[in-house]
Amino acid sequence: MLSNYLPVLIFVIIAFIAGTVMVSLGYFLGPRRDDDAKLSAYECGFESFEDARMKFDVRYYLVAILFIIFDLEIAFLFPWAIVLDKIGLFGFAAMAVFLGILVIGFIYEWKKGALEWE
Amino acid sequence: MNFVAPDFMPVVPELFVLTMACLLLVIDVFLEQRQRYITYGVAQLTLLGAALLTLVTYAHAPVTTMFGHYIKDAMGDLLKIFIYLSSAAVFLYSRDYLRRRDLFKGEYYVLGLFGVLGMMIMVSAHSLLSVYLGLELLSLSLYALVAMDRDSPVASEAAMKYFVLGSLASGMLLYGISMIYGATGSVDLQVVSDAVARQGADNLVLVFGLVFLVVGLSFKLGAVPFHMWLPDVYQGAPTSVTLYIGSAPKLAAFALMMRVLVDGLGTLQGDWQQMLIILSVLSIALGNLVAIVQTNIKRMLAYSTISHVGFLLLGILAGSPEGYAAAMFYAIVYVLMAVGAFGMVIMLGRTGFEVENIDDFKGLNDRSPWLAFLMLVIMMSMAGVPFMAGFYAKWMVLQAVVNIGLVWLALFGVVFSVIGAFYYLRVVKCLYFDKPEQSEPIHISLDTEIAISANGLLLVALGLYPTALMTWCATALLN
Repeated sequence: MLSNYLPVLIFVIIAFIAGTVMVSLGYFLGPRRDDDAKLSAYECGFESFEDARMKFDVRYYLVAILFIIFDLEIAFLFPWAIVLDKIGLFGFAAMAVFLGILVIGFIYEWKKGALEWE
Repeated sequence: MNFVAPDFMPVVPELFVLTMACLLLVIDVFLEQRQRYITYGVAQLTLLGAALLTLVTYAHAPVTTMFGHYIKDAMGDLLKIFIYLSSAAVFLYSRDYLRRRDLFKGEYYVLGLFGVLGMMIMVSAHSLLSVYLGLELLSLSLYALVAMDRDSPVASEAAMKYFVLGSLASGMLLYGISMIYGATGSVDLQVVSDAVARQGADNLVLVFGLVFLVVGLSFKLGAVPFHMWLPDVYQGAPTSVTLYIGSAPKLAAFALMMRVLVDGLGTLQGDWQQMLIILSVLSIALGNLVAIVQTNIKRMLAYSTISHVGFLLLGILAGSPEGYAAAMFYAIVYVLMAVGAFGMVIMLGRTGFEVENIDDFKGLNDRSPWLAFLMLVIMMSMAGVPFMAGFYAKWMVLQAVVNIGLVWLALFGVVFSVIGAFYYLRVVKCLYFDKPEQSEPIHISLDTEIAISANGLLLVALGLYPTALMTWCATALLN
């Protein structure tokens, strides 16, 4: 039974080697000309390494939550679209109801002004 | 693989509540603050409509639908009717409170309705999956409700505590569910029940899963030693939310215990009976003892809730049909008492003053004899004084325990309910024998006063003629 896992082991070893080789090639061969702009954190506005207990704007949090809801929607829609021809009208209607409920949430957040940054 | 649409007829009340809650969410954002009463009205109409739908389709024989995840039976319908009733009372009692605290927002009613929907799913759950779904829908609504008063540090702390501990309990419950799924190969309670009956009770994984399930469920009920969140949340949350948490969810939690422990894992009764005995003894003892030293009325009622949960568990652990019926009767009567008690707390407040302490009830008899009388009835009923609904509920539960030979447990319950009578009677003493500390007149709107009067009188009526409700409970459990 254990032999079934041999391909997994081989895969892990190859993945490890490939990852190590690529990172070390980049590290040893690549040119490095650092300046302040390159070393600073990218876009998000936070330092990459600092105390986790800091204050940050609650609006990030709101956007993240709203994003997750609609991101999950895609995660549901994708497999649904692939099997759409097999699940029939009931499957179609179920997704329509799900999207309808999401739209209600969307109307609510829009009217409440959650989508406005300022 | 082709999906066939399940029979939607049995879930019509749920669909109705879901549709109305979604509709209300949309309507509410388009309303001005002064039109907010429309939200309140629609919420009440929704509960009324759901009650009518449930009554019309009242189940005389159990029907399962939604691929076995949902069951409509008489127990579920009976409990749902009381869930609507108590939630309607909660909405009514808290209306003026929310207005004067500037908390009169549509979200209270929308979340309240979603909570009701969660409870309906819990009550009618026929698989571990729908049990969890309903529970989470209710819990998430409650977390948000507790945090509704954003500027209050106490409420925020309570919400945070509730959320963290509640998530932990959900995790425990899920862990238990996954183990039971592993041992039986299904989440459908019927299949689980058959599988457990086949392989017997000596499967270690199964018992392990059961322990986690019981821990998760008793957390939601608030049984000792999983009660820590309860006093803080009851005290910290806005009173309107305490009123909500303290009432209908107890009915749903009772139904959950019945579905999971009795319908699903009935064969393991020997195992869960011992666990429930420990939970029940601890709850009765700690709830009644700690309530004595409280000065805050909401906190006192929280500890009183814990002791009542202990009594409720007595009925379930008896494991007999009469025990289940007694526990169901107890749950219903308790909810009526809790709605009344927190309703009184909420009603005696006015702009700039909220009732927090037991002392605030001093001399209520001089200010309003009728309200004092209603409070007397509620307190007496909670204490279990004869000829009150609470007395009969305790009596039936204790009788069920005696009938399975656990006389010591019944004696324990009696002793502690006598001890517990002390702190209820202290409130009564405040009502009648102390001088009032305030002289402001009490303003209560007419519909609220009618409702609280009906609430109090119902407790008296149920104490004098308990047989009707008791028979209803017993027959609902039979089919």
